[in-house]
Amino acid sequence: MRFNQKGNTVAYDMSLFYFVAFLTILFSLLVIFTKNPVYSVLSLIATFFTFTIHYILLNAQFLAVVNFIVYMGAIMVLFLFVLMLMNLNEETEPMKSNLIKIIGVIAGVTLLVTLVGSIHALQTTGVSATPNSEIGLVENLGKVLFSEFLLPFELSSLLLLSAMVGAVLLAKKDKRTNNG
Amino acid sequence: MLMESLSGRRKVLEQKPMNFWERIYLPAIFKGMGITFMHMFKKKETIRYPEEEREFSENWRGMHSLKRDEDGRERCTACGLCALSCPAEAITMISAEREKGEEHLYREEKYAAVYEINMLRCIFCGLCEEACPKEAIYLDGPIVPADYLRKDFIYGKDKLVEMPIDELEALKGAKV
Amino acid sequence: MELAFLFEKLILVTVLFVLTLSIAAYSTWLERKVAAWLQDRVGPNRAGIFGLLQPLADGGKMFFKEEIIPSGSNKWLFIAGPSLALLVSFLGTAVIPFGQNIELFGKTVPLQVTDINVGILYIFGVVSLGVYGIMIGGWASNNKYSLMGAVRGASQNISYEIAMGLSIIALLLVTNTLSFKEIAEQQHSWHWNVIYQPLGFLIFIICAFAETNRVPFDLPECETELIGGYNTEYSAFKMGAYMFAEYINMFVSSAVMAVLYFGGYNYPGMDAVNSLLGPTWGPVIGVAVMFIKIIAFIFFFMWVRWTIPRFRYDQLMDLGWKILIPLAIANIVITAIVITVVDKL
Ligand code: SF4
Ligand code: SF4
Repeated sequence: MRFNQKGNTVAYDMSLFYFVAFLTILFSLLVIFTKNPVYSVLSLIATFFTFTIHYILLNAQFLAVVNFIVYMGAIMVLFLFVLMLMNLNEETEPMKSNLIKIIGVIAGVTLLVTLVGSIHALQTTGVSATPNSEIGLVENLGKVLFSEFLLPFELSSLLLLSAMVGAVLLAKKDKRTNNG
Repeated sequence: MLMESLSGRRKVLEQKPMNFWERIYLPAIFKGMGITFMHMFKKKETIRYPEEEREFSENWRGMHSLKRDEDGRERCTACGLCALSCPAEAITMISAEREKGEEHLYREEKYAAVYEINMLRCIFCGLCEEACPKEAIYLDGPIVPADYLRKDFIYGKDKLVEMPIDELEALKGAKV
Repeated sequence: MELAFLFEKLILVTVLFVLTLSIAAYSTWLERKVAAWLQDRVGPNRAGIFGLLQPLADGGKMFFKEEIIPSGSNKWLFIAGPSLALLVSFLGTAVIPFGQNIELFGKTVPLQVTDINVGILYIFGVVSLGVYGIMIGGWASNNKYSLMGAVRGASQNISYEIAMGLSIIALLLVTNTLSFKEIAEQQHSWHWNVIYQPLGFLIFIICAFAETNRVPFDLPECETELIGGYNTEYSAFKMGAYMFAEYINMFVSSAVMAVLYFGGYNYPGMDAVNSLLGPTWGPVIGVAVMFIKIIAFIFFFMWVRWTIPRFRYDQLMDLGWKILIPLAIANIVITAIVITVVDKL
């Protein structure tokens, strides 16, 4: 935030953080617990929006905006798009067999264990020490991305490119079989 | 397969493949926009109706008027031919007999005590005008004005009958 | 100090809000007038002189119409759709600089609500959010035509966003900054970006038409095929909200185009004017110039609407994916090469 260079507004920041964090958790719970898939997607969008606010609170404006554009503006639109076309609603919800439930629980617990383990391994020192750093601004981020992390950056772009080529190929193939 | 053209005016259109400039469409779009832009400065065709009126043609059929003869007597004799001929069944009337002393009001011995035309039904075909043996009804009025209620479109004699000649003269005198 | 700052921003936001609303309202009037002029007609001229009270009359009418919520619809989302569309359309105005810093009552006041250093990306994000209003409304109506409109809106927005983003990237190569304020400052007097980026501007303006769902890209609400598209089921003020959102979007994108490519509040000979009029009235001229540019763009939007027929849907997608995106990429490459060569010299 604009004011957080001054000591007296940090408390305000903290309460804001707790409020936003509360909203994040609330909306992510809603994603899971609402029956209507469209509501689920909408709450997921709201969750992403609260993420954006978190990023802004951390002074990572670029990340915030990119999260905003890519996740809220593009990916979730596609999600919503597909869900709307499938016309799912409460009645047509697929049956939940016990097997699926068990698998879900196992997957969830595994994820939880991994997360807890990694957080434990990270030894959170100094994560929150520099909320005012300028590292999140475009210029610094760009410099770091194109010098220190150039290789991973380019590799990930390669990954995306291959995914794109794959998608185009899939679309093309479909056409040929239809015609021929 | 190609039929012989009956009118002798058939043209065979050549369909050439589009060249580069045609294919990018932009020149055509700009040309179109130029045309519409020039239209901004053309004369407006609008006639602002209640203030201005379009000139009526000679055979224009507007609101009906029930005519008077040269002595100012109503010509209509309530024969009902207009109502009979009306395809829209817009005309109704009640006839009455002329009493003694009313000769200066009605030309014939029988006259229309009530004469109503429903302007919402009327299609301004002019058949009533043609049917009338007494030359009593003409569609020579202006456009029938708009109104809010259906009942206000049923025009009685008060609106249809021509003004008496002396009143008309007086009105004209006042205007001049 | 902080209170004064907040107060200043509050006033600016209020002024901007009212301004945006009235510009949107009068855009509806202008739209009818322009349509009439281009078709040799007169246009609305009964409500007030030149029909200037027409927007008020329309607004009054919208308020008093019956609000119909279809029984098969999803009530909350049905209401959320237009609200979201209207809300999101307002967000864009926050980062647009409407003028130079102006000196008022001995204080320097920036005529921009906030200058975030990723302003362009912010606008981009807001634009991409705009489609949610359409999608949610269209889906919640529980009507096939509405759903088709919503789906069209979404796919159109996503498709053209790519080309738009790519055209902006080429612009960023020239400007080296993402902040609107700096971009505006760089285009001092006549150094407008459109001179350096004509192709980029062309791509951008086409995408702007598509993103605001204006003719010739108004397929989401194409009445010949979809009755009314996503707003088929809407009536009264919710319908008005959608329409308002469209006009506000038009205003915002006109402002963005004016700032990004046409120099914003800059005009040739502004230095002389500024030194003549001083730090209070000089910027006022700049603001006036900015608004003239915005209105010119709005007029352009309307002019195109009343000239060009609607695209077919496959043509729309072809144009977006097969023409604009390759063109935009070519534009980036050319721009990059030229910049490198010029830097070397
Ligand atoms: S003009 Fe035609 S429709 Fe009208 S009253 Fe006369 S006959 Fe009937
Ligand atoms: S207007 Fe003519 S046709 Fe009609 S009732 Fe009178 S005289 Fe007969």
